[in-house]
Amino acid sequence: MSGASLKGHESARGHVSGRAVYTDEQRAPTSVLSAVPVQAPHAHARILGIDASAALAMPGVVAVVTAADIPGENDTGPIVHDEPLMPSDKVQFHGQAVAWVVACDEATAWAGAAEVAVRYEPLPACTDIAGAIATQAYHRPPAQVSRGDADAQLQKSTHRIQGEIRIGGQDHFYLETQASWAEIDSEGIVQVSASTQHPSETQIIVARVLGLPANRVVCRSLRMGGGFGGKETQANPYAAIAALAAWRTRRAVRVKLNRSADMQMTGKRHPFFARYEVGFDERGMLQAMKVQLVADGGWSTDLSPPVLMRAMVHIDNAYFCPHVSIEGLIAKTNLPSNTAFRGFGGPQGMLVGEEIMDRIARHLRLPPHQVRERNFYAGDGSSERNTTPYGQVLCDLPMRELWQELKASSDFDARMLAIETFNATHAQRKRGLAITPVKFGISFNKVEYNQAGALVHIYTDGSVQLNHGGTEMGQGLHSKMLAVASRCLGIDVARIQIMVTSTDKVPNTSATAASSGSDLNGQAVKAACETLLARMRPVAATLLQCEADEVEFADDAVFRRAEPSRRLPFVEVVQASYRERISLSATGFYRTPGLSWDPANGKGSPFYYFACGAAVSEVEVCAYTGMHRLLRVDILHDVGDSLIESIDRGQIEGGFVQGMGWLTCEELRWSDAGKLLTDAPSTYKIPTVGEVPEAFRVALHRQRKLPGAQVIFGSKAVGEPPLMLALSVREALRAAVAAFAEGTAVALAAPATPEAIFSAIAALRAAASEASAVPAEVPVP
Amino acid sequence: MGRPWTWQAASRRFRCLRWLNRTGCHGTKEGCADGDCGACTVALVDVSADGKRSYRAINSCLLPLGFLPGREVISVEHLADGETLHPVQQAMVDCHASQCGYCTPGFVMSLFAGCHEGELDDHTIEGNLCRCTGYLPIRRAMQRLRETGMGNDRLALAPQGAPLASAEMASRFFSPLFIDEALRLKQTHADATWIAGATDLGVEMSRGRHQEQTFIALDRIAELQQLAIDAEGVSIGAAVPLRRLEVELAESVPALVGMLQVFAARQVKNRATLGGNLGTASPIGDLLPVLLALDGEIRLTGPTGSRVVAAHEYFVDYRKTARQDDELVVAVRLPQRTQHSAAYKVSKRPSDDISIVAAAFTLVLDSKGYVQHVRLAYGGVAAVPLRALAVENFLLGRRLDAQTLTEAQQQLTQAFNPLSDHRGSADYRRDLCASLFARFVAEHLP
Repeated sequence: MSGASLKGHESARGHVSGRAVYTDEQRAPTSVLSAVPVQAPHAHARILGIDASAALAMPGVVAVVTAADIPGENDTGPIVHDEPLMPSDKVQFHGQAVAWVVACDEATAWAGAAEVAVRYEPLPACTDIAGAIATQAYHRPPAQVSRGDADAQLQKSTHRIQGEIRIGGQDHFYLETQASWAEIDSEGIVQVSASTQHPSETQIIVARVLGLPANRVVCRSLRMGGGFGGKETQANPYAAIAALAAWRTRRAVRVKLNRSADMQMTGKRHPFFARYEVGFDERGMLQAMKVQLVADGGWSTDLSPPVLMRAMVHIDNAYFCPHVSIEGLIAKTNLPSNTAFRGFGGPQGMLVGEEIMDRIARHLRLPPHQVRERNFYAGDGSSERNTTPYGQVLCDLPMRELWQELKASSDFDARMLAIETFNATHAQRKRGLAITPVKFGISFNKVEYNQAGALVHIYTDGSVQLNHGGTEMGQGLHSKMLAVASRCLGIDVARIQIMVTSTDKVPNTSATAASSGSDLNGQAVKAACETLLARMRPVAATLLQCEADEVEFADDAVFRRAEPSRRLPFVEVVQASYRERISLSATGFYRTPGLSWDPANGKGSPFYYFACGAAVSEVEVCAYTGMHRLLRVDILHDVGDSLIESIDRGQIEGGFVQGMGWLTCEELRWSDAGKLLTDAPSTYKIPTVGEVPEAFRVALHRQRKLPGAQVIFGSKAVGEPPLMLALSVREALRAAVAAFAEGTAVALAAPATPEAIFSAIAALRAAASEASAVPAEVPVP
Repeated sequence: MGRPWTWQAASRRFRCLRWLNRTGCHGTKEGCADGDCGACTVALVDVSADGKRSYRAINSCLLPLGFLPGREVISVEHLADGETLHPVQQAMVDCHASQCGYCTPGFVMSLFAGCHEGELDDHTIEGNLCRCTGYLPIRRAMQRLRETGMGNDRLALAPQGAPLASAEMASRFFSPLFIDEALRLKQTHADATWIAGATDLGVEMSRGRHQEQTFIALDRIAELQQLAIDAEGVSIGAAVPLRRLEVELAESVPALVGMLQVFAARQVKNRATLGGNLGTASPIGDLLPVLLALDGEIRLTGPTGSRVVAAHEYFVDYRKTARQDDELVVAVRLPQRTQHSAAYKVSKRPSDDISIVAAAFTLVLDSKGYVQHVRLAYGGVAAVPLRALAVENFLLGRRLDAQTLTEAQQQLTQAFNPLSDHRGSADYRRDLCASLFARFVAEHLP
């Protein structure tokens, strides 16, 4: 099998047979202690006392750990140190763990947790963005991104509209809940195994909590049963608890949250509130835009500042606006601390941008797709209409051609006409069709995160061990890295063993996030392989009696380029190199070139390039119930020269459906007291197969001209961008709602649940009947 | 390949999933422990009197071990023959149908059962959640299996389980074979709970409740498994799995089957029963409005004999019914007479969700178009499933013209006083009471 023939996920056979092992399955559950949380029943309260004596008296309960047991710093905050592992004085959200009970098994631990007596003094709680705005409770000073003079230009605009929208959050609902276990080995090293997207950060935070130097902690991440950003920072506290409990008991301790505890305790995609004012001409061309975004950060800072910033720099999506002023704030609420989630603020920003496009179109009674395409960036590196509000010039954005190609392949114009006919003959069912673009910046906004390392060993039997700093959460990163190594070394994938991601192999790594896993780690793997090839090439040249630069490693063999028939087996060159005392182990390192970002002024070129795509969705809405069906989806997405096509298609399809869930059926609901009411799949509904249409066509766009950026083997990042293609579903729903009555604006909540759609239809019909002064249309056949 | 297991060590109230994991079968995953994600799906083998084997996908997280003696369970670990994958597994690999892989064993088992039963459509995997793939490659694997079949499945030749004798009643989990035996057990163990499919109690148990409870399992009582269709109506044994009703009553009771199609996922319908629905009497039990609309009659048997209670007299208060604690729901009879009947369910997610409002309607018009008989029944609008009696009375004897309809709808929005909760607001529920009836009329009286 050569690199090119690795067709799918490296663990696929393990997945389907149940043999693929996950973090909590590495040890038999009976051979380790289990830790479970004692959760606070208040969103905000002072802790007056914790009495664990009854729990400790129970057979099987080994320890109850609280803040007082922490030998190091009681903090797990990744950016700002404002996140105690366990609170010592105040509970900050409903369900927060104030202590952990460690017992011989999970059932005993839960029984023990019920016996821990905690006395609280409840305090007033702020449980939504509106409450935080009212009291000006923000985590940080406002962030700004601006260009030109939006205020002055708004005054001069031909048309001006304003609006506001609330955007709901989203639970990650990775199928494997948060899981970690830890033990102290014979040398006093803390060995942590965690379902984490960021082993280096988990290592640092475990060390911080235990008061140890980082060299005393090793963190491994095997494979995750899904991450989606939910295990970027939020895996850290559970690894820290396992390590702390192991440190205290000197025994191996596991933490595996049950589903409800996971949903109650972990942060989610940030809910947002947006206010906007926009000016445009009679053709719908943007003239000026002023937006305020408020993200619900929850109780601590976590990753909220970069999430907010990514939202702010994605409001523009694919559209040029000359005068822009964007302000961003992070509300401080008594809720779990919201965090990274596929798209990282980009989806919320883009939703606002698309909301604005639709408002403009309906205000002018123009087709929304026309207003969208009129406003596109030029995307060709020219000076006109080609610079983002933060100052990055778009040099090779294939949006225009991609858009036209998708409109043609999806039969957009003809279907638009067919839908008009359908809608004219159906009073209580209406269809909607929409096309929306995605332009998504690739790279971490924070320049320093854009680095990666790899470590490759070749053994004397010709087998290879591959280590890199990225983590595998289902996205197929390991498969792609195998493909890169196999292609670089010219050997069969079967020769290469991918190793568990571990901080003692590749240190100081960045999170596997920001869609950058393959771009960064792929280049690091390539660099390591090229180092090894450079060392082996002279040895091979001697064997082949040629110059080093004539040596080719390919097809599991080594040969002179001009003489491919005379081949040395790879293993022969490896053994000859060993005999020549050549090092067969190499590290590789990569940093993305040319990035700049000034967070204080919101200016720079933070993205190496932009991923782009577009989607067409068609829906049918029922006025009796507000329920809808998604009828057909057409996607055209640019993945460059795909490293493994099946994996990229999987990211596109899966990302779209996840985004669709966020925008339709997934609704987080909290009680007034701040308790999560939707903390199980019985109440929090992610899409099933039934919500996904049979007619779902995905095509890969291959950009004709070479991109300006040198991405690994011409590929492009694909992890997050497709999620935002699902905005086409939201806009199609809006088009269907709009078909029920005349109107120049269609307000639609996010998520667009059946109740939200039902209300939107009712509101539109009421407004239309008021306008025409005839009695309201009631749903009578 | 399967192996026999003896039970002394394991508690019968222990759930099957935990037991599998403890015995080293960690391929079967816990995604929610609520029966909602399907990651723990296994195949339970039913052997009929004539020796025919059927494969039922079920949620192992909900099933107490007590149900298993004498039965065969196939879990994902046992499908592959050494390094040779089972055809279902191979199809999943070939179609790139796994990403993180955590839900994958559950899909494999649902497809395995679906293959055996010749049922490979979206409903086969509706009870399995996948957060990575968007389901498309899994659907492609299913399509491939539909085309190619799975060839000779060595697991179809597996040994049958030994039949269970009534005498085997250790622990506090009893599995009687006859109704009178069940009633006698209840006399001896007054605190015991009847348990049928364990899809509702299983959720409670997986959350650590009822650990000390005594159970009398009803799934092995042949009398409760009977399903009879005749000219006057249908009689449904209380312990018939809902999936069987969905298949066998499709022609005779379309309203019931219409609701069953959106009632729950396959794994749940393979275990859940009408008797269980009536026993828990949840106000959001989707089948209960259907029983109200179809004038269902519920037969109860207790120590002092049998009696029949009309559905509309059965529901007393929140999860309280006319059934005495020592009485058993034996069967439900649905008389056959309805001209127009249909059931509707509104939920946040169309597939496999709990209803915001469920409604079932029946309507009989005379030759001149006057309403001769009408039932308007709703779930999710009060502490019990209810009929809108006043509106029914209003409609009776009237012609169903536009004005009558408008008036009926206005009355329906005022008929109940529903709650606002995380599923929907009270106003939405009120509006749905009216608009669902409008939809029924539009769809049935053109």
